[in-house]
Formats: sequence, C-alpha cells, structure tokens
Amino acid sequence: MRNDMILQTKNVDFYYGACRALTDVTLDFEKNRVTALIGPSGCGKSTLLRLLNRMNDLIGGTRVKGEILFEGRNIYAPNVDPVEIRQRIGMVFQKPNPFPKSIYNNITFAPKLSGVRNDGDLEELVEESLRQAVLWEEVKDVLNKSAMTLSGGQQQRLCIARALAMKPDVLLMDEPTSALDPISTAKIEELIDTLKKRYTIVIVTHNMQQAARVSEYTGFFYLGKLIEFDATEKIFTNPGVKQTEDYITGRFG
Amino acid sequence: MKKHDRVSFMKWRYLRQSLFFGSVRLSALIIALALLGIVAFLIAHGYRAITWDFLTLPPTDSMTRGGIMPAIIGTFYLTIGAIAIALPLGVVSAVYLAEYAKQGRFIRIIRIGVNCLAGVPSVVFGLFGLGFFVVFLKFGSSILAGSLTLGILILPTIIGAAEEALKAVPQTFREASLALGVSKWRTISRIVLPSALPGVLTGAILGVGRAAGETAPIMFTAAAFFTAVLPQSIFDEVMALPYHIYVLATAGTHIEQTRPLQYGTALVLIALVLGIDLIAIVLRSAVRRKKRW
Amino acid sequence: MTSRVREIIIKNLFAFLAFISVLLLGLIVMFLFREGLPIFSQVSLKQFLFGTGWYPTYTPPEYGIRPLIVGSLIVTVLASLVAVPFGLLTAIYISEIAPARIKEILKSVIELLAGLPSVVLGFFGMVVLAPWMQETFDLPTGLNIVNTSLMLAVMAIPTISSISEDALYAVPRDFKEASYALGATKYETIVKVVVPAALSGISTAVILGMSRAIGETMVVLMVAGGAAAIPQGLFDSVRPMPASIAAEMGEAPFGSGHYHALFATGIVLFIITLAFNLFADYISNRFKEEGSGTL
Repeated sequence: MRNDMILQTKNVDFYYGACRALTDVTLDFEKNRVTALIGPSGCGKSTLLRLLNRMNDLIGGTRVKGEILFEGRNIYAPNVDPVEIRQRIGMVFQKPNPFPKSIYNNITFAPKLSGVRNDGDLEELVEESLRQAVLWEEVKDVLNKSAMTLSGGQQQRLCIARALAMKPDVLLMDEPTSALDPISTAKIEELIDTLKKRYTIVIVTHNMQQAARVSEYTGFFYLGKLIEFDATEKIFTNPGVKQTEDYITGRFG
Repeated sequence: MKKHDRVSFMKWRYLRQSLFFGSVRLSALIIALALLGIVAFLIAHGYRAITWDFLTLPPTDSMTRGGIMPAIIGTFYLTIGAIAIALPLGVVSAVYLAEYAKQGRFIRIIRIGVNCLAGVPSVVFGLFGLGFFVVFLKFGSSILAGSLTLGILILPTIIGAAEEALKAVPQTFREASLALGVSKWRTISRIVLPSALPGVLTGAILGVGRAAGETAPIMFTAAAFFTAVLPQSIFDEVMALPYHIYVLATAGTHIEQTRPLQYGTALVLIALVLGIDLIAIVLRSAVRRKKRW
Repeated sequence: MTSRVREIIIKNLFAFLAFISVLLLGLIVMFLFREGLPIFSQVSLKQFLFGTGWYPTYTPPEYGIRPLIVGSLIVTVLASLVAVPFGLLTAIYISEIAPARIKEILKSVIELLAGLPSVVLGFFGMVVLAPWMQETFDLPTGLNIVNTSLMLAVMAIPTISSISEDALYAVPRDFKEASYALGATKYETIVKVVVPAALSGISTAVILGMSRAIGETMVVLMVAGGAAAIPQGLFDSVRPMPASIAAEMGEAPFGSGHYHALFATGIVLFIITLAFNLFADYISNRFKEEGSGTL
C-alpha cells in the first residue's frame, strides 16, 4: 500500500526554446520515500528535477506544459510564487555550492530571510540541521570558519544541512555524490537513508548501484521520456521494458 | 509564524524587491540621461557654429571669430603621434604578457607597473612630459613631446585591450600550430595575432579617442594658445581642440562673446571622440557576432 | 641564425619592451622628484604639507598646500558619495536584471560616458550647471565644491560601474542557484549573495573610481572656482591639487620656487593615486589567490 503522493507530474512537456527536453512525463512521488531518477546523460532526468522546484524558471526561453502538483496544487499555476515553492522543496546540487560565508551563516541564510530573527532559535536550528546532516561533530567548534575551508564531502553535507534548515517537505538531489570520493559518497548515502524518515527525497543519479542502494522507487528516462517507473527492486531485477534492461545491464550507448 | 503573518511577510519581501529594482532602474536611467543630456545640450547650442568656414579657417580677430582648423590639425597630429608610439609598444607588451610570460615576480612587477601607469593622473603625465621631454631632452613644447606624453598615457589602455584580445584566441589554435612543428614566434605572428587583430584594433581606436580628448597632458608639452601658421615639423607647437576649448572658455578677454565658438569647438571635439568610441564599440560587437570560434 | 636562437632573442626582446612600462613609471617618479625636491630647500616638508597659505607668487612666497589637499579630498569624497551608489546600482542592473538588449545599449552608454573628454565636462559644469546653481540657490558663485563633485561623479561612475559589473558577472552561478533553491527572492539573492561574493571587485572599483576623481584635472580646473583656502561650506570654491598645477604651471618661471612647488604638489598627487592603485591591486590579488573568503 503506498502513502500519500506528495508530488505528481501530469503529462509534463518541457521546451528549451524550440527544443523539447521532456515529453509527456507522468510520475508520482510518494511521501517519505526515496525516488531515484536514472538514465543516460541528456535524458531529461535533471531537467525534470529542476522543474519540481521551478529552478528552470531562471533560464530564459523555456516553456512548461502539463501540470506539476505539490500537495495537490499545481505549482505552475499563475498565482503560485516560486519562492514559496522553493522554501518547501529544497535542493542539493551536483557540485557542492556553499556560499563564501561562514558555516553558521550558510545555514542561517535562508531561515533569516524567511523571518527567523531570534539568535537562540537560529543557534538551535544550526545545531539541529548539522546533526541531521551528520556534520555537527566535525564542525561544531569551527562554525565561524569559512565554509570554503571544508572538504568536498563536508561541503556537500553542509549544503544538505543548509537545505534542511528550511524544514522543507521534499529534498531534491541532483547527482549529489558525483563530485565526491567513495568515502564521502557512502556517508551521504547513509544520510539519505536516515533522512527519508522525515523527508521525501528525489535523487537523480547516473550511478545505478546508488539508485539500487538508496531508493524505493526508480524511474528510468531516455530521450526525454519516462520509459519505466516501478519499485526499485523490480526495476533492477525484472524490468518490464527492454530499454531499461539494456541500460541497467550496461548494454547501452 | 501564522499563515496570515507569513503572507504579509512575503508581501513585504516583494515590496522590498520592487523598491530596490525601481531604484536600480532609475539610476541606470539617470546615467543614460546624463550622457544624452550633455550631448544634446552641446548639439543644441553648438550646431549653429558649425559651418564649413568654422572647420576650415584659422581663428581671426584675437580668436573672437573665424574657425578652428589649426586646432583640428593639431589634435590630429598629436593623436597620430601618440598611437604610433603606444600601439607597437602596447601590442608587444601584451604579446609578452599573454603568450610568453609565466607566473613569477618579473611578471608581477610588470603588471603592477602597467596598473599603476594606468592610474597616474593626467596632469602628472603633463608634469613628467614637461620635466623629461620638454626640458631634459630639450624637445621644447612640441608635437613630439606632446605625442610621447599622450602615447605613454594611453599605453596601459592598449596593453589591456590587446591582452584581452589575445586571451580570447582559443588555445586549440596555438596547439594546432605548435603540433605541426611551427615555432612559437611564427605561431604567434601567423596565427594568434591575426585572430586577435579586431580586438587589438578596437583597443587602438579607443586609445585614439582617449588621446584626442585629453587636455592636461598637452598643456605644458605641446599645446599653444594660438599659432599663426600650421606646424612645419614635429618640433613645433600646435593648437589642439581640447586646449582651445579651455582657453576660449577661461582665458580669453571676450569669454561671453566667444561662447558660440566654445560650444562649436566642444561639439566638434565630442563628435570626434564619441564618434571614434562608437566606431570601436560597433566594430567590437560586429566581430563578436561574426566570431567563427 | 637557428630558429632556437631566434626564439630566445624574440622572447627576451619582448620581455624588455614589456618592461618599458615599469621603466616609464620609474622615470615619472624620477623626474617628479628631480623637479619637485628642490622646493624643500625653501620649506620643510611639514610646512609644505600642512601650511595653510598657498601664495607662491608673493614675496616672500608661501608654499603651504594644505588648502589644496583639503580641496582635493573633499571633492573626491563627495563625488564618491554620488558615484558609488549610482555606479554600483547600474552595475547590478546591467549584470543581474536588464534584458539582453538594454544591457548592450547601457554598456555602450557607460563606455561613451567614460570617453567624454574631461574638458567638455568641465565646460558643461562651467556654462550650464554653475549659472543655474548660482541663480537657484542664490550663491556668490556656481563654481564650487558641489558642482565640482557632481561633475567628478560623472567621470567616476563609468569606472565604478564597469569594474563592479565585471566582478558581479564573475560570481559563480552556483551561488545564485543555491540561494534561489533555498527560497530566496531575486533581491535577496543579489544583496545577500551576489554582491557580498563580488565585494573585493567592487571595492577595487570604488578605489579606482576615487583615484580617477582625485587625479582628474580639467573638471576641477574649470569648475572648482580656484580659491586656495580651506573651505567653510559646501558651496565654497576650492583649488584642488591638479587645478593648481594646471593653472599655474604656465606662469611659473622655469626653475623657480613656484615651479618646484608645483612639481612637489605633483609628487603628493602621484603618491596618493599610487597608494589607491596599489591598494586596489592588493585587494583584487589577495582575494583572487585565497578564493572567496568568509564574509
């Protein structure tokens, strides 16, 4: 039995100028589960991810057709503010991108903007977020040091903590470990496993083992289309479509 | 926060954004209007003075009538002289900085030197020109001394523009040539420099515009209040447009009476300088659009 | 001559020619000092810098340039107060907000503004702004500090705007994306992320803009009014250092005390602008090497 569907895409087409990047994508994301999006480079998986919190708005000349529902509400409806959407749907990027500020200020950046002023509240939030991202023990004594001094893996966990500080409902992760070493990758994967108790996670990855390890559901994309969507176990052991099988068994260009 | 509070807080955040964007747009608009206003004002007051005679005759009646031909010629000579000095030296310096130099103390010193040279006030260039070219080298107040002074003044501009143009040439061009066994110098002179030529040219044109408009560096090194005859050699003093404006506007005995001449001269000077700059801007954007790489 | 030898010769020749810029800077320093230092046989350095009387043609002459220095500083600071907000806001508009077409036009406008000959701006301030100010505010003269500062601001704005714009443009896209993804508005992203990340470049821009203003000659010569006294109000006339040099050098007999004093004033001006430029250079390099530090 599946939980609530927190995010749903309905017949989504997406265009960069005249070029169609996504075709008729219909997909439901279950609450408090990890959904992985896999597929070869340029298949549209990252594009879809960036549609889910309207990050693609920042690129000129793009067009969306169809609906993307967040808690039943179309986030592309004219009266919806993308800023509010992004406050509730956090994102972690491929390359760690901490601000050139202190660790503390990285975490408090967004909460301050949304009105949290009290120093005590902020401090609590910093500790809580860093603990959730399993970074607290490593940085608790250097909160005022520049985030740029952290290692790549630490930076990425900081970025996760930064996103968590907004207490989002959904966390989008765009190949979050592709720039990291294996040890850091393992830490992040572990983290994803604990985070799903509280958050809904959508992760884009080109690493199929990673998808298999961390997710409950997997969608396979190819040339802008959702080829197959199912429970991860099913996708990786008994895919329903030939193209999926070719891809996960490595017989794919 | 309660839902109601959150809504009004979001409203406040957007209000703040609108106010900021408004002031940002306003300041850009004011700057554009400032340029437009100054140019329009000079056109409105100066166009009546511009006649064929004004452009082709020397001043007469102790500079209360007549034209500005000697000043145009003088500015032309000084500018040509300046670019003749600064262009070769600037391009060679840029080639060295962009193509040969490795990181190190020597390069660092050259870069600091060029940056500092760019920051030297124009009147200090004037003093230097006076002390070095006019007095020490005994060139006297002359086209030569003025051109050299202006040449040094625009040297950093030329170096900067040329270096940027060289850096914009794709590394693959160099690699392709070097891989064919072509020497470094030949690669630079046959491949890199020709590719960078439009950019270098743009820099040179901007340098010409800058040299044509400068006053302080030529005040003590080249410019004359009035010359009865056109210069015969590079050791003669010349009249120059910017200095002529200054003289008419501040030092004449008939300042009010010669106002139309002042406006006319100012109009000729900005038409010349902004025209030159505009050519450079148009050339640059044309090159960017046509860029094959 | 083998190709190898030729290559080495070319490289060294070019290195020497590139070094000429440094030599020229050295020559400038040398000749400023050569012509300027003799004044200190007549006055002490302290009297020269802090003396309040600038009467170079009196007998006995007085060579105190404090009024000149004060004049330079006050118009520079006021000009910066106008030019920094305008320059920075315009840079933000060009780099972050303007549509592509307006952006191109505005960049050209800034470049043309930078190209306006200073004598034309001085002329404009003299024949347009000065009479208007005098009449509107009922002043003894329109050639004063405020007028000069406004004209100098026009000269400094292009410098500040174009260098700031480069700095803003160079801010990695990553930072902006991170900020948007956290639910920041565009305004918040610009003010809290982009501008702080570009701060070293913006500081460089401001310093170079101020350096441009303090060294500018024709505007202060034509618009500042020329009073060599310490001003009591913003509508007083002043005689900034470049104005003094430019106005008096023509009349100062070669080799006289006045002549040397003007060169010495040139030294002061040169040292101030050199300090500005070295500081700007230091800031931009320091932050370049360390990457973006803590803000």
